[in-house]
Amino acid sequence: MLELKNISYVVEDSKGIIKDISLTIDDNKFIVITGPNGGGKSTLAKIICGILKPTSGNIILDGKDITDMSITERAKIGISFAFQQPVRFKGVTVKDLINLAAGKKLCTADACNYLSEVGLCAKDYIDREVNGSLSGGELKRIEIATVIARKTKLSIFDEPEAGIDLWSFKNLIEVFQKMHDEIHGSIIIISHQERILNIADEIIVIANGEIVNKGTREEVLDSLLDDSVSSPGCSVLREER
Amino acid sequence: MSLMDNKIFEKLFEEVTNLHSIPIGAYNIRLNSKAAGRNSSANIDIIPKTDKPGIDIIIKPNTKHESVHIPALVTETGIHDLVYNDFYIGENADVVIVAGCGIHNDGDSLSQHDGVHRFFVGKNARVLYIEKHIGTGDGKGERIINPQTIVEVDEGGYIELQTTQLKGVDSTLRTTKAKAKENGTVVVKEKILTHGTQYAETRFDIDLNGDGSSVNLVSRSVAKEKSRQKFVSVINGNAKCMGHSECDSIIMDEGVVSSLPEITANNVEATLVHEAAIGKIAGEQITKLMTLGLTEAEAEAQIVNGFLK
Repeated sequence: MLELKNISYVVEDSKGIIKDISLTIDDNKFIVITGPNGGGKSTLAKIICGILKPTSGNIILDGKDITDMSITERAKIGISFAFQQPVRFKGVTVKDLINLAAGKKLCTADACNYLSEVGLCAKDYIDREVNGSLSGGELKRIEIATVIARKTKLSIFDEPEAGIDLWSFKNLIEVFQKMHDEIHGSIIIISHQERILNIADEIIVIANGEIVNKGTREEVLDSLLDDSVSSPGCSVLREER
Repeated sequence: MSLMDNKIFEKLFEEVTNLHSIPIGAYNIRLNSKAAGRNSSANIDIIPKTDKPGIDIIIKPNTKHESVHIPALVTETGIHDLVYNDFYIGENADVVIVAGCGIHNDGDSLSQHDGVHRFFVGKNARVLYIEKHIGTGDGKGERIINPQTIVEVDEGGYIELQTTQLKGVDSTLRTTKAKAKENGTVVVKEKILTHGTQYAETRFDIDLNGDGSSVNLVSRSVAKEKSRQKFVSVINGNAKCMGHSECDSIIMDEGVVSSLPEITANNVEATLVHEAAIGKIAGEQITKLMTLGLTEAEAEAQIVNGFLK
């Protein structure tokens, strides 16, 4: 179980701030966090996996305070994170990255299975470098494969649908459902996509650094039609009229 | 006593050639400025020079899928070895040449190996040249390797130079001069890692003289601690040709890298490109590997190893 207690993150440029968020995510839950851009969703995900340090508050995983733990320590106790913009590496192959994620040297067939799960033809990709020759969509799928290979109790995906074409979308949904069924861990997905919201156990809406709505899928989806959390647009222009 | 009974020789030989025993086929082993073993094959003649130290390696036309090993090793302190090796690769041959130099210096005097290699690549011949430089030993004496490579590629010929220097060489000045005729191709893949107070300088001078000739020069280097590197590439496009050079460097600690590209198109049909990038390891690369459970130091090592793989 993951608990966030009074988490705040305040930075000077005011983008991506978090204001006193408290939240509990039970085991084996499928949670989708949604809300307008710049509202603090990615910041919160990075705080959970240790990339950002909260300015105040505590993070508790299975009763243990992990607030001061490094990224590496959190990874080792079972937190995974799929980046919104996957990182490129010159010289590191797809297989290297999957082996690192799995924490052991996999045989080629096992490594290929993870690629096949995310809809990549394994033999075309396994020995390729994770560099600029791969498209954004290909990198995104490889990023998702690295998280699947980790099999951790908490997996966080930051906008996994970005760059994934429509043909692959059904496949992506299946990947998350299969992961949820097989790993029995919690999955947190940051997403704007209705089709991903539709498979959530719970939906959390974050705007302006705060939780503005939270509940079961049915409860939250209805109220999302309300425009209260939509982006305010260009307020300066509005005032000048 | 066989050469392989000497443990220092055996270890250095393995590091330079990736071989565990004396190779089959044509080879020439140079140890402490002297010939320590030589063998010619039916298609590859190795002949010692009479006017200066070194050998002529003559590969008959149409020789296919054969290799030549010519490691040069220095295991004593205070040696200054200078050698001239000329390679004549006959028309339509397709061969692999494994060279390289290892210096083991446990003493306090400087040990140095300077090799001058000339390649004459015949019409439509293909050559893969693999060269590894390494320094070992605990002595205070410096280990210096200054190779000079001169290449002439005839019509339709191809040469690929894969050069690696990953540890222990205190100072190196590597110069490579190449000329290519019609449809001749030169490919260079260079990898360098320097550490401590080491200095490495590589200079390329490439003349693309024939229509359809090309060069692809890729250099990847890592400069750690207080080491310094300089990369100079000069490509002259004198015909309808393609030239590409790419210098990618990672700097760590107080490492310093300079990159000086010069591309000159002397012909309106010449297409020349240079790319250079120098920078530290991107923070997000370290972060990504840490989210997979690696420590910061493990992540850094993984990125450097991958980059120089």
